[in-house]
Amino acid sequence: MTTHTAPAPPGATTELQAEFDARIAADQRIEPRDWMPEGYRKTLVRQVSQHAHSEIIGMQPEGDWIASAPSLRRKAILLAKVQDEAGHGLYLYAAAETLGVDRADLTRRLIEGRQKYSSIFNYPSLTFADVGVIGWLVDGAAICNQVPLCRSSFGPYARAMVRICKEESFHQRQGYELLMRMMEGTEEQRRMVQDAVDRWWWPSLMMFGPPDAESPNTKQSMAWRIKRDTNDDLRQKFVDMTVPQAERLGVTLPDPELTWNDERGHYDFGEPDWDEFKRVISGSGPKNAERIQRRRAAHEKGEWVREAATAYADKHSARKAAA
Amino acid sequence: MSGDHIYSALSEEHGGDARWAFGTGFTDALAGVDTTVPEGVDGDDLALYCQMLGDDALVQAQRLTDWVTDAPELEEEVALANIALDLIGQARLLLARAGQADGSGRDEDAFAYWRGPEEFRNVQLAEAPRGDFARAILTLLVLSSARLAVFSRLSSSKDPVLAAVAAKAVNELAYHREYAVSWALRLGDGTPYSRERMVAAVADVWPMTGELFATHPVEARMAAQGVGVDPAEVSQEVHRVLTEVLTTATLDAPAPFPEPVVAGRQGTHTAELAPLLTELQKVAREHPEATW
Amino acid sequence: MSNDTNGTTSGAARPEWPLYEVFVRGKRGLNHVHVGSLHAADDHMALHNARNLYTRRNEGVSIWVVRAEHIAASSPDEKDPYFAPSGDKVYRHPTFYPIPEDVPHI
Repeated sequence: MTTHTAPAPPGATTELQAEFDARIAADQRIEPRDWMPEGYRKTLVRQVSQHAHSEIIGMQPEGDWIASAPSLRRKAILLAKVQDEAGHGLYLYAAAETLGVDRADLTRRLIEGRQKYSSIFNYPSLTFADVGVIGWLVDGAAICNQVPLCRSSFGPYARAMVRICKEESFHQRQGYELLMRMMEGTEEQRRMVQDAVDRWWWPSLMMFGPPDAESPNTKQSMAWRIKRDTNDDLRQKFVDMTVPQAERLGVTLPDPELTWNDERGHYDFGEPDWDEFKRVISGSGPKNAERIQRRRAAHEKGEWVREAATAYADKHSARKAAA
Repeated sequence: MSGDHIYSALSEEHGGDARWAFGTGFTDALAGVDTTVPEGVDGDDLALYCQMLGDDALVQAQRLTDWVTDAPELEEEVALANIALDLIGQARLLLARAGQADGSGRDEDAFAYWRGPEEFRNVQLAEAPRGDFARAILTLLVLSSARLAVFSRLSSSKDPVLAAVAAKAVNELAYHREYAVSWALRLGDGTPYSRERMVAAVADVWPMTGELFATHPVEARMAAQGVGVDPAEVSQEVHRVLTEVLTTATLDAPAPFPEPVVAGRQGTHTAELAPLLTELQKVAREHPEATW
Repeated sequence: MSNDTNGTTSGAARPEWPLYEVFVRGKRGLNHVHVGSLHAADDHMALHNARNLYTRRNEGVSIWVVRAEHIAASSPDEKDPYFAPSGDKVYRHPTFYPIPEDVPHI
């Protein structure tokens, strides 16, 4: 996406652009009422609303296990976690709204399949071990992505990310802790954990997006400081962080090319299947249709309830005014 | 400037960020409470009584969690999840108490996952199908009003554990009821359609309300000992509350509660409970030797 | 409430729940601080939602909610001479809320 500015009185644009650029260069925050290039605004609307949608759709793979969580402690933890994700979606919708879009409109775009969300949530969660692995790997990858965004140049997004990161620190830990408990359990439980790791490892790596060479927007987004690291750098960081955790846990990450590279001081690892990534992100993942359908159904079934609340509020504010 | 410390302030006040993020239900209600069964109190009766109150909460929570990812608005998913979390918290404490009281040492999960439907002691309204949002709200209104009335009295129970659980739960239940009231008003006095849904919900739910005020022999004995509460005692109070809410919501004043007949408290359930429990217990029972 | 600044809003605006700004006092001795926004049908619902969302219902926390359209604002530092990204939403996120430096280490 290239930068273009909103129509402005002659001469004004360059001055405003210079001020915007200076703020970015000084690592200051842009606030909603500041002038901003239209490209900056549009890119942010896309970034923040996709992030919000990801939180909301992301409730489903784990939400499917709340009813059957195998202990009351796990049930409570999982419910609290899925509830947090709803909350995080709401923080992010609020941040997106400061850019002049409307949440109702964003919801419509989601349920009409016009706006994307993280492709990871289009994979099914097959056993309870998936709950642990989603916490460990998917939330782990999300945290790698999100912590740098606490320094996003756009103030409302950065502030939402601070809040979210703070609350999500427990998400990853509860996942890892569940896996540790399962690994101490029966042989069958250990098999479940390994199986879940095998299924979620590559999709987790894909969460960082395509390789830098194929990520045309990265350069502009980094210049605007709404992206602080490249996809490949974050992916590397995640791998480096996760490999020792996998060893401690006693699981094998399903990548024969995974080895420590002394020279680089990083792990080398194999290439994710980017064709699969493109298929899933373009809507052909195992669960795309179902995930969207669930949200759409809830929205449509709930319409009469939302209308009732509006009608009640109207009546009562009218009565108050008349009194 | 105070804004610098908003997050740390929130978490300091409430015992660390982890707990803050967890939401409610994770504070230790029993810190410093003596858990020995008071002298003269029958342990088996107390255990059954705790299962009655615990199962009400557990089964109701199981129904409520169904709304998470399926509510009319995301804010309601957050609210209903909070309510379910409170109820799971109450169930855990009460079921754990049951295992102490009967001397078996069974933990909360032994009760939740390894009893069959006939051993569950919840009232049938808790297991009833969730229905639409109006029905869910009315069910929550009835159950939270009755439970609040019972638990307010229970906070002076002779059993220190029940008293502590009730003292914590009263605040939670007052919130549940307030939430249900606010929606009952909006739906009853909202649009013609929402009003129609509320009228239908009352018609569906009311026949199941009698049981809430029926006294099982265990409840009678626990009440006589100052440990429990006879639900018949709160019937009038609850009816007054519900009448006030429904009439304020511009609906007809409700009929008297039906005849109080003990059912779920003695293990008699509708056909709805078995599938609910099958789902709840599925993973635990598939892996009987597992640790979670 | 809806607006078309992004040019993609479909159809006529439906009666959506209005926007509220939320201010929380984390503990006694502190000011109320802006923490974000939410939608609600009325004030009562806005308070409930704020408590659920921004405090996960901590009873001891003091909350203010106010309809976004009722906030009057002055922010000379923010330049919006003609480009107002959300013109009908007068004042969204005040700058008096700095970002904490102590972002937790994961």
